[in-house]
Amino acid sequence: MSESESHPETAAVGQSIPYERFLDCVHCGLCTSACPTYVETGDENDSPRGRIYLMRSVVDGRLDLTDKVQGHLDLCLDCRSCETACPSGVQYGRLIEPFRVDMHQQSAADSTAAGTPPPKPDWFHRWIMYGLFPYRRRMAWALAPARWMQRLKLDRFAQAIGLSRLLPERLRRMQEQLPSLGKSLPPLPDFLPAKGKRRARVGLFIGCVADAMFRRVHWATARVLQENGCDVVIPRAQACCGAIHYHSGASEPAIELIKQNSSAFNDDSLDAIIVNVAGCGAMLKDYSHIAEEIAADSDLDPAKFVSRVKDVSEFLAELEPREPTGPIDAVVAYQDACHLQHAQRIREQPRQLLSMIPGITLQPVAEAELCCGAAGSYNLTQPDMADRLGQRKVAELIKVQPDIIVTGNAGCSLQLQAQLKKAGHTVPVLHPMELLDLSYRNAPLTELV
Amino acid sequence: MPGGASGALAGFSDLTANTESPLFRLAESHMSSAETVTTNCVITAEFLKELAAVVGPARLLSSKDELLVYECDGYVVEKSVPDVVVFPENAAEVVAIVTACGKHRIPFVPRGAGTSLAGGCLPVGGGVMIAMTKMRQIVDINLRDRYAVVEPGVVNVNLTRALAGTGFHYAPDPSSQGACTLGGNVATNSGGPHTLKYGVTVNHVLGVEFVSPQGELIQIGGPCGRGNGFDLPGLFVGSEGTFGVVTKIWVRITRNPAAYRTMLAIFDSVDDTTQAISNIIGAGIVPAALEMMDKGIVAALEQAFHFGFPLDAEAVLLIEVDGLEVAVDAEAETITRLCKDSGAREVRLSQTEKERALLWKCRKQAFGAIGRLSPSYCTQDGVVPRTKVPEILRFIAEVSKRHDIRIVNVFHAGDGNLHPILLFDERNAEQVKRVMLASDEILGKCIDLGGSVTGEHGIGVEKISFMNRLFTDEDLTVMEDVRKAFNPDGRCSPGKLLPTAGACGMEHIEKQHPGRKAAM
Repeated sequence: MSESESHPETAAVGQSIPYERFLDCVHCGLCTSACPTYVETGDENDSPRGRIYLMRSVVDGRLDLTDKVQGHLDLCLDCRSCETACPSGVQYGRLIEPFRVDMHQQSAADSTAAGTPPPKPDWFHRWIMYGLFPYRRRMAWALAPARWMQRLKLDRFAQAIGLSRLLPERLRRMQEQLPSLGKSLPPLPDFLPAKGKRRARVGLFIGCVADAMFRRVHWATARVLQENGCDVVIPRAQACCGAIHYHSGASEPAIELIKQNSSAFNDDSLDAIIVNVAGCGAMLKDYSHIAEEIAADSDLDPAKFVSRVKDVSEFLAELEPREPTGPIDAVVAYQDACHLQHAQRIREQPRQLLSMIPGITLQPVAEAELCCGAAGSYNLTQPDMADRLGQRKVAELIKVQPDIIVTGNAGCSLQLQAQLKKAGHTVPVLHPMELLDLSYRNAPLTELV
Repeated sequence: MPGGASGALAGFSDLTANTESPLFRLAESHMSSAETVTTNCVITAEFLKELAAVVGPARLLSSKDELLVYECDGYVVEKSVPDVVVFPENAAEVVAIVTACGKHRIPFVPRGAGTSLAGGCLPVGGGVMIAMTKMRQIVDINLRDRYAVVEPGVVNVNLTRALAGTGFHYAPDPSSQGACTLGGNVATNSGGPHTLKYGVTVNHVLGVEFVSPQGELIQIGGPCGRGNGFDLPGLFVGSEGTFGVVTKIWVRITRNPAAYRTMLAIFDSVDDTTQAISNIIGAGIVPAALEMMDKGIVAALEQAFHFGFPLDAEAVLLIEVDGLEVAVDAEAETITRLCKDSGAREVRLSQTEKERALLWKCRKQAFGAIGRLSPSYCTQDGVVPRTKVPEILRFIAEVSKRHDIRIVNVFHAGDGNLHPILLFDERNAEQVKRVMLASDEILGKCIDLGGSVTGEHGIGVEKISFMNRLFTDEDLTVMEDVRKAFNPDGRCSPGKLLPTAGACGMEHIEKQHPGRKAAM
C-alpha cells in the first residue's frame, strides 16, 4: 500500500467498507426518484446511485475527495428511502455512514498532518451537539429560560423586534424549532406497574433531547403501555442513543453510549425495550452493525440488547392492543418518519393503531416516502435543503386539510412545527401515543392542543 | 464489445478495478475512436460562458468530480464522461443551449433519469449533456378531452399518481416506471407489461414539442392528435434522441378498467407454461398483461419481497384481465381452465388489492432483484413471434448449458418480448466472454426466428452492431436519410441507433477494434 502512504489525504477514506457492498449496486437507477435531495436538485450527484458512484470512485482512486464530492455526500439526509426503493438490497446506510465517519476523521487527520493544532469540533459540535443534547439534565436546565420566555411571551417579542437575529444562525434555527414547551412535567419514575392482567414487562428508552422536550410523550407512552398490561421499567443509568455522535463521525463517544445502554437494560426480566422516537429506535436496532464497524476489535456485543428493541407501535401491534374507546373527532395526516418507514420498515402499525381510535379519519398523504428535512441534526447543518424539504412536506400535508398531524419521531415533530409556523399554519403536531393515551383516558383533545 | 451484444452488463462492470477485461479494452478503444470522430468538439471558455449565461452557474457542472456520475446510465459497459452538464428549466433555455452547441459545433445528448439499459444517455465523444430533470411539471390535465401535457422530466409513475382519484391513468408502464422519465419513454418508445392490450408509448403520444438540432422550437401533433399530414409524432417516438430534445409532450390518458382479475398460474415445466401462453392467445383472449417468470427469478423475488411464490415451480405466469365487471370473471375462469389444461399445477387469484400490488411490485422490480443472485448480470431484450416462444426458450436453455452460464427469464410473454438475464461475475474475464458469446447467440437466434434484438430497451449504443443483421443496406440508408432530415450533422445524440456504413456485425468478439464509427 505504498500508494496510500503517498496520498494519505484520500487513500484511507472508505477503505474499511467491504467492497462487495459497492458491488451490490447494479446501477439501475430505481432509487433516484425516492431520494429527497435528488427530487429537489435533479442532480445525479445528489442521488443514492450517484453518491455510491462517488464513494466507490474515491475508494478506487478515480476521484479525490474534493470539497464538491464531500458536499454531495454531506447533503445526504441518511433517510434511507433509497433502501426501501432498491430491489437489489443495497445497504446504502452501511455505505454512507461509515464513509462519512472516515471522511470526518480524515479531515481531522489532515489538519494534524499539516502541522495545525489538533483539530477540535467547532463550537457548535463541542458545546451544543456533544455537550448539551446528549444530557437530559443539562437539556432541562438549558430549556428552563426558554420555557419562561415562552410563558411570558418574551420569545415572540424577541422575534418581533429582531433580537433573535443576533444569535448565530444555528442557534437561531434551534430557537425557531423549539416547540411550545408547556408546563414542565416530573421525570418518569423507575417503575410503573401494569394495569389489569400483566401481559409483559418492558423497559422504556427515554433518550436525551426527547425527554427534555417531549416528556409528555414519554408519560403518554408509559400510560398506554400500562393500559395494555405492561410493567414499565425506566432504568436510570440509560443515556443518549449515540446517533448524534455516530452520524457526525464521532465514533468514540458513540461506542461508550452503546456500552452504557446495553448495560443499563441488561435485565433478563424485560420482554422488550420500548422506544418511541424513530431516530433513536433505528440507532438502537443498529448497535450490532455499528459495533462491528467501528469497534470490531473490542468485545462489545450488543446483540442481546438489539434483539429486544421495539418501536412502541411495532410492539403494541404485535401485542394486540386493548380497544381504545374515547372518541377523537379529527382528520389526521400521518407523516411517516424515515427512521420508522425506511430504517425500521414500520409503516402499517402506527396507522393501524390510529385507525382503532373512534372518530379519527386517517387521510393518505402524497409523497409519504420523502423525508421532511429534519433528519437528526441535518436541519441545523444543512439549513437550505432542510427548509426546501420542510416546505415541500408541509404543502403535501396541508392539502388533505388535517386537524392534527401525527408523527412518531421527535425530530420530525420539531421540524414540522417550525415549518408549519413558517408557512403560516397552526395545525398541531402530535405523537401517535398521545392520541392513543387520550382515547384510553377518554379525555378531550383540548387537553393537548 | 462496443457496438456489441453484451446487453446491460450491470454491476458497475469495470470502473478501474478490472482493466484486464476484454470489455474494458474494447470500451476504451471504442471511446477513443468516438473521440476521433468528434475532434472538433473543443470546449472553450467562451462556450462555457455562453452556457452559463443561459442557465446560470448553479445549473451547470463542468468539473471532473461532478461529471463522473454522468459517464453511464443503466448500461455500464461503455462509459464516456460529458464535458458539461446543464440543467435547463424551460424550453427557451433548451433552445439557447442547443443554439450555442450549434454555433460551436459541439455534440449534445439529452438525459432523463438515466435508467436506459442500452446506453441511450451515453455522451459518446463527450460534449454537452442536457439533463432534463428540472423540467418536471405536469403542465395540464384535461380529463374531459382525455389528455395531459407534461414536461419531459416528469417521472412516469408521477403522472398516474397525479391522476389518482380521477378514474384515469397513463397506460404505458415500463418496469422502471417509478424512476424513468416520460421524455425517455418517448425517446425509446417504452413498453411495459400492460402494452399487450394497451399498446406502447407511441400509441399514447398525441404530440411532441421539441428543439431541433438547429435550435428551432417545433411542435408536431398536439391535443387533437396526429390526424393531419405526416404522422410526425409517430416517427419521432422511438428515435432515441437523434431527432432533437423533447421539451413538452401531449399524452393520452386512459380510463381505469372497471374491474380486473389478477392471477398467478404455477407450472412444473417451462414447456407447459409456453403452451398455456399460446392457448390463451389462441382462444382470442387479450389479457391486459401476460408475464412469465422462471424458477431462478422467482427465487430472487421471493427473497426480496416475501410474496409466497412456490420455490419448486419451474415457471409462473402473471396474468391480468380487465374490463367490465361482468366480463372479467368469465375471462378469468376461461384462463384458469386453459392453464390447467396446459398442465398448470395451480392457478391463484389475487384476493386483495394489496396482494395484487405486491405481485406487480415483484414483477416490476425483477431486474433490480437480480443483485441478490449474482454480482453482475446482463439483461437481453429480444423479440420473437409469439409462436416461437417455446423454441427460443429451449434454445436459451441449451445455450445456458453449453456456455455454462446461468440464465433466468422474466418477460412479456404475451407479445414475445424476452428478457433473458445472464448471471455472471464481472471479475471473471473468461466468464464475461462466455456471457457475450451466449448473448450474441440468443439475439442471433431471435433474428433467425423472424424477431428482433430489442423489444423496448432500444438500440442505443449497445445493439448498434446488430442493425446490419436486422436490416439491409438499403433499409439503413433510408433510415439514415430520415435521421439527416432532422439531424443532418449528427451532433444530436451521436453514436446512437444507426451504424454508419461499414460497421461490422458480430466480429467484435474476436476483433478488439469493432471498427464502428459513431453515427456523425
